[in-house]
Amino acid sequence: MTRQILALAVGILFGLVIVAAVFFYNPFVEKQRLSPIAVTDKEVVHLSYSVAATDALIYTNDGESRVSPNPPRVPQLWEPTVRHTTATVNILNDSRGRPAGIGVKFSSESEDSSILDGKALVNSVWHIYLPERGSLFMQQTENYWSYIQDIVFPAYRSAGDNWRGNWIGIITAGPGPLGLAWVAGGSGDFTDMDTSAVEVLSAKAYTVKQGPVAMTGELSIELPPVAVSATEQPQ
Amino acid sequence: MGATAIYFTPVVDQARERSIIEVTPNGGNREVFHANIPDDRIVVGAPNQAEPLPRGLEWPNDDLFANTRTELFKVRNANDIVVGVASRIAASSSEGEIVEWTFHLPARGSGYVLMRPRVAGQPFRTGELRSGTREFENFVGEVTERWVVGEQGGEESLAGRIELSTRFVALFEDES
Repeated sequence: MTRQILALAVGILFGLVIVAAVFFYNPFVEKQRLSPIAVTDKEVVHLSYSVAATDALIYTNDGESRVSPNPPRVPQLWEPTVRHTTATVNILNDSRGRPAGIGVKFSSESEDSSILDGKALVNSVWHIYLPERGSLFMQQTENYWSYIQDIVFPAYRSAGDNWRGNWIGIITAGPGPLGLAWVAGGSGDFTDMDTSAVEVLSAKAYTVKQGPVAMTGELSIELPPVAVSATEQPQ
Repeated sequence: MGATAIYFTPVVDQARERSIIEVTPNGGNREVFHANIPDDRIVVGAPNQAEPLPRGLEWPNDDLFANTRTELFKVRNANDIVVGVASRIAASSSEGEIVEWTFHLPARGSGYVLMRPRVAGQPFRTGELRSGTREFENFVGEVTERWVVGEQGGEESLAGRIELSTRFVALFEDES
């Protein structure tokens, strides 16, 4: 009897491991390799920032997550309705690495996440102000499945509890067509503008204790062509 | 069986509060949010602050940000329960004054509000919902920002609350 119970327990455990492995390495989950904005012929604004919480002006969450709030005295989002939310304020740099503006990002874990479908989703919005250009609002659904597969899980498996390498991944997964984010212009050059964008992460180092250590995020915002009104040639 | 269980078990379950919405005659749905000051203020980002909030904040003193003020708040509903977070960016540029809000209610969605310049003598500022996500995606309407002074011992105090009163109407596209 004891042998049978033991065999059943081992069988269940083995089955669970197989099921978990199949879900995790699900071959039907597609990875987006190329951003549609990378091949656009329109003008694109590139804004980059450091994903590491210690590099952010502000990083706050529920205070119990792996990544600690920065600075340590920042109020935490511990209330039940905001417990799955993080708020960050970053300096956004232009394509030459010079400060171009301020970006506020709110991210919340999405209830549409599904292990079966390979969706580790986050609903996020960016509130961006570029003093010399204007303001923008970017809304997106992010999918961190590849990020977890390629960086977080290997970091947990490694003896040193860290990951090092070169990883580039598109995290924007909608809600716009072709998996792009939607952008609404607010002021300045972007007034009344409606366009698309994509956010890409470039990772070099991650630790289990601190989360992203050397990681850059880049927002690529497509600018609609400027309408040129036809005027009569002087005679 | 395990796969079925995984399929029906939510990975994330956001806590929800009951929406407190008032239907106004010919005016859409009105909902009032607020941030208690100073308790709900998460960040005041502005150059050269004597006492930065939070303590330890190193806000850039770059000339680029000289005329910009970025604030983050927790947002409460009419029952004084935190339901989300919001950012307020105020700046002055050659085009004039810019005041914008982005609110993020995790269980419901987000909105981007562009405020109009304050009319002289009016104790409030009005603006429009420029864009929204999920529950607010098809909404249009107005938002009023108002500073409500707190009282302590019958006298006005520095504490108070920022009230955001939203009045939205849903737009439905004709599918025919």
